[in-house]
Amino acid sequence: MISLTIFGVDSNGMLAITALLTGAALVALAMWIAGLISPRSFNPQKGEAYECGIPTRGESMSQFHVGYYLFAILFLMFDVETVFLFPWAVQMRDLGVNGLISIGVFFGVLVLGLVYAWRKGALEWK
Amino acid sequence: MYDFSTITGSIHEFLLSFMAPWLAVLTECLIIGMGLLLVYSVLALIYIYYERKFCAAIQCRLGPNRVGPWGLLQSVADMFKILIKELIHLNHIDKFLFALAPYLVIIASMLCFAVLPWGNGLQIIDFNIGIFFLLACSSIGVLGILLAGWSSNNKFTLIGALRSGAQMVSYELSIGLSVITMVCLAGTMSVGGIVMEQQDCWFIFKGHIPALIAFVIYMIAGTAETNRGPFDLPEAESELTAGYHTEYSGIHFGFFYLAEYLNLFIVAGVASLLFFGGWMPLHIPGWDGFNHIMDYIPSVVWFVGKAMVLSGVIMWFKWTFPRLRIDQLLSLEWKYLLPINLVNLVLMVCIIILGWHF
Repeated sequence: MISLTIFGVDSNGMLAITALLTGAALVALAMWIAGLISPRSFNPQKGEAYECGIPTRGESMSQFHVGYYLFAILFLMFDVETVFLFPWAVQMRDLGVNGLISIGVFFGVLVLGLVYAWRKGALEWK
Repeated sequence: MYDFSTITGSIHEFLLSFMAPWLAVLTECLIIGMGLLLVYSVLALIYIYYERKFCAAIQCRLGPNRVGPWGLLQSVADMFKILIKELIHLNHIDKFLFALAPYLVIIASMLCFAVLPWGNGLQIIDFNIGIFFLLACSSIGVLGILLAGWSSNNKFTLIGALRSGAQMVSYELSIGLSVITMVCLAGTMSVGGIVMEQQDCWFIFKGHIPALIAFVIYMIAGTAETNRGPFDLPEAESELTAGYHTEYSGIHFGFFYLAEYLNLFIVAGVASLLFFGGWMPLHIPGWDGFNHIMDYIPSVVWFVGKAMVLSGVIMWFKWTFPRLRIDQLLSLEWKYLLPINLVNLVLMVCIIILGWHF
C-alpha cells in the first residue's frame, strides 16, 4: 500500500541533496532579491555592534562560562548512548533476553555516569 | 484512502514518454524542489498569522485585522516589508561565518521538512533510518545558531548563542530518548514504516502509560528545542536584546524567523508522526464503519491538522508560562526529564516484552 518512492526517484540520497539545494537556493534567492531592492546608506555608526549605545570595549569573541563546556561534555556521553540504543530499539523483539541483558549492562554503566556527574555537582549551574 | 503515488506515478510515466530516464529524474527533482520551496514559504506565512491570532486570542486582543480579510494578508505584507529592509554591513564581524549561519539554519529545517510524512504516498525522503536522519538534521540547526552568535562580534549574541547551544543539546537527549521509546514500540525507524505500524491504533493509545509520558516529555523538549515559549532564553529580550540574531537585519533576520516557525511545525509534525499516526486516520479496532468514514478525510488534512493542533499546544505554552532561568532550565532537563525518560524507556521495554500493549 505504501510507496517508498515519490515519482520515479528511488534514490534517497538524491532526494536529500535536492532538499539541501532547495534550502540553499531559498536563502541565496531571497538574499539576491533583497540585495536588488533594499536601500543602501552609509553611516559610520551603523557598522558598530548593537549593544548599549556607547562604543564597545574589548574583544567580543572572548572566553565564556565554563558551565557550558561541562554540559557539552555530558551531552556527548549521552548522545552517543542514544545513538547506540537506536539499532537495539529496532531489533529489540528479535534479540530477546540476550540483547536485553547486554543493553542493560550498557545502560547501567551510563546511568552510573549520570549519577557520578550528579554527585560531583556537575549538574549545578554555578 | 487516496494514494498520492498514483498522481506522482502518472507524472513519472508522462515524463518518461518523451524524455531520457536521467532527464526525467532530474525534472522530478526540480519539481520536488519547487514544491518544497512553495510549501515551506507558504506554511511559514500561515504559521506567523496563526501564532499572532492565537496569542491575540489568549491576550483578549484582536490581532492582525487590517490587511486583507481578517488580516489574512498581514504576513505577506510583512514578508515584503522585511525584503525591502536594508542589509546592514557590520564592521568587525567574521563575514564568511556570518553569511553561512542562515544557510545552515534553513538547510537543517528544509531537510527535516522533506522527511515528514505529508500524506499517503506523499513523503519525499524515506530512509530506513528516517527518524534518526531527522534527529541528525535538526542538530545542524544548533551549529547555525552558534555560528550566528559567534561571528556577530557582539557580547549579547555570544551569550545568546551559548545559551541556545547548551539548551538545544541538552533537550536533544530527551527528544532522542522519547523517540527511542516509540521506536521500540514500532520496531522500525523508517518514517513510512512507523506510520504503517499505527494502522489499527495510534501509538499514544497503543503504548498506554509510557507512550503518554514520552509524549509529555517530547512536547516539553520540543518546545525547548525550537527556542520558544518558556524556554526562549537565547533571545530573552529583556536581557539580551534579541539574542543570537541581534546583529542580523532585513531578510537575514527573516531567515531565523522563518526557521523558528518551520521548526515549530517540524516538532509538531514529528509528535504527530510518533504519537498520533502521521497521516493515518483515527482508527479504532473493531469499529469498521467508523474507520471507513475516517478514511474519507484526505491524509494530507489529517497530517497538517494534527501538526496544527499540536503546534497550537506549544504556542499555548509560550503565552501562558513565564520564562525560566538558565539553571532552572538545565536542572529541569538533567535532573527531571532525563531520569524520567530513562525509567520510562525501561517501562516501555517491559510492556513490550510482556505483551501488554494493544
